[in-house]
Amino acid sequence: MKNSIVYLYLFVVTLNYSCAQDAENKANTPSDIPFSEELLVDGLQIPWAMAFLPDNSMLITEKSGSLIHFKNGEKTTVANVPQVYARGQGGLMDIMLHPDYQNNGWIYITYASEEGNEKGGHTALMRAKLKDNSLYDNELLYKAGPNTTKGQHFGSRIAFDNEGYLYFSIGERGARDENPQDITQDGGKIYRLKDDGSIPDDNPFIGNENAKTAIYSYGHRNPQGLVKHPETGAIWDHEHGPRGGDEINIIEKGANYGWPIITYGINYSGTPITDKTEMEGMEQPIHYWVPSIAPSGMAFVTTDKYKGWKGSLLVGSLSFQYLERLTLDGTKVTNREKLLENMGRVRDVRQGPDGLIYVSIEGKGIFKLIPKS
Amino acid sequence: MRKPTLTFLALLFGMAHVIGQNPELQSSIQRGSEIYADFCVTCHLPNGEGVPFAFPPLAKSDYLLKNRTASIKGVKYGNEGEMIVNGITYNSAMAPMGLDDEEIADVMNFILNSWGNSSNDPVTIEEVRAVTKE
Repeated sequence: MKNSIVYLYLFVVTLNYSCAQDAENKANTPSDIPFSEELLVDGLQIPWAMAFLPDNSMLITEKSGSLIHFKNGEKTTVANVPQVYARGQGGLMDIMLHPDYQNNGWIYITYASEEGNEKGGHTALMRAKLKDNSLYDNELLYKAGPNTTKGQHFGSRIAFDNEGYLYFSIGERGARDENPQDITQDGGKIYRLKDDGSIPDDNPFIGNENAKTAIYSYGHRNPQGLVKHPETGAIWDHEHGPRGGDEINIIEKGANYGWPIITYGINYSGTPITDKTEMEGMEQPIHYWVPSIAPSGMAFVTTDKYKGWKGSLLVGSLSFQYLERLTLDGTKVTNREKLLENMGRVRDVRQGPDGLIYVSIEGKGIFKLIPKS
Repeated sequence: MRKPTLTFLALLFGMAHVIGQNPELQSSIQRGSEIYADFCVTCHLPNGEGVPFAFPPLAKSDYLLKNRTASIKGVKYGNEGEMIVNGITYNSAMAPMGLDDEEIADVMNFILNSWGNSSNDPVTIEEVRAVTKE
């Protein structure tokens, strides 16, 4: 009898250790902060994204629809920017330079667009060039449909891989039971295109009847972080869960990430969505957040500018209003840290060409993290 | 003696509330609940409790109940700057949601009649239309 209790105890302990992750995970507040923050660009409302031009100036999207060029301390509004559908979470969203911007000048932008016959809007991807603070040679590369007046889940982060393919995300537009698991519908997907907007011949759903062939992976909810891993070259996303269940995923060709069949989250009202957190044929996240931090923006630290930070992942938190630093051992999250607490909703984070970290905070502006020597 | 009086008063108010409801307001509240679930719930949460120091509460919010026009204006054009709600100072910006006047009236009616809030004076489309940016 005594032995069996010991065995039972050992069994339970082993079970605990075999779990991928504790259900509730905590972020620590570090005592030693290797930077001081400086407000670089002020007077911004919702600075959704930023991109760094070769002349050290910066392009900033404001969700309300204006594109701002910040150069030598001055903000200029860029002309000829596409009309946005500013409703709910939609507006002017991500901005990303082509990896070979120096030679071809292409700038990629995602936004909520009313283009199409139905009422409402959906996520669009376009590219353009910049001259004299105006966009020109504008080309619409992708417009999801059909439009809807729902305010949620436009996704819309952009990333390039080492082969020059462009990836971008579209959230499920508030139609969780219709879009994410259906490859003939837009929304709840990561898309892959060539840099001119054409569809690569080896995209996974070419040949599937009625499939949207730009789709690269599906079963997503609302991915608002998308980056290339600096060493492996893999594309990583993070996405908003419902209440609990935000995730970090490594994006694989043709894979299904499970929403809303499997999730670590529940409805906002507290009722369950599903009792399943895993299922065969569906990918597991490498990390999930319970409670939700509402992740937005994502950047790997690749420099030694900040002591002990190289190789870690930075993620903005909208709901808890801080910048999170995740320490990684390969693909496993080993520690979480809260930075820039109580300054506002962190919308985007990037590493600039100077190796420094830039953070956009709603209602404030763009902060530059100055390393402590 | 004190307890029965309170119960009686609560009952009386409850009844007045029920009698005061009209079908038009009821359907406006119903539509408003869908707008709320779409546009507001992520920050202000399902029971309008908000998040202290980050997102102000709507449930039993003194600001909301005392500043009806300013609240409509906030939903219509967005909010910036400091705001004191139930004794806590908030300073996060709320972007305009892009709702039309009817949707704003509906969501205001839902908020003004949920989680312990109650109002017998429905917000109308005309009232929303009359609220200007300046």
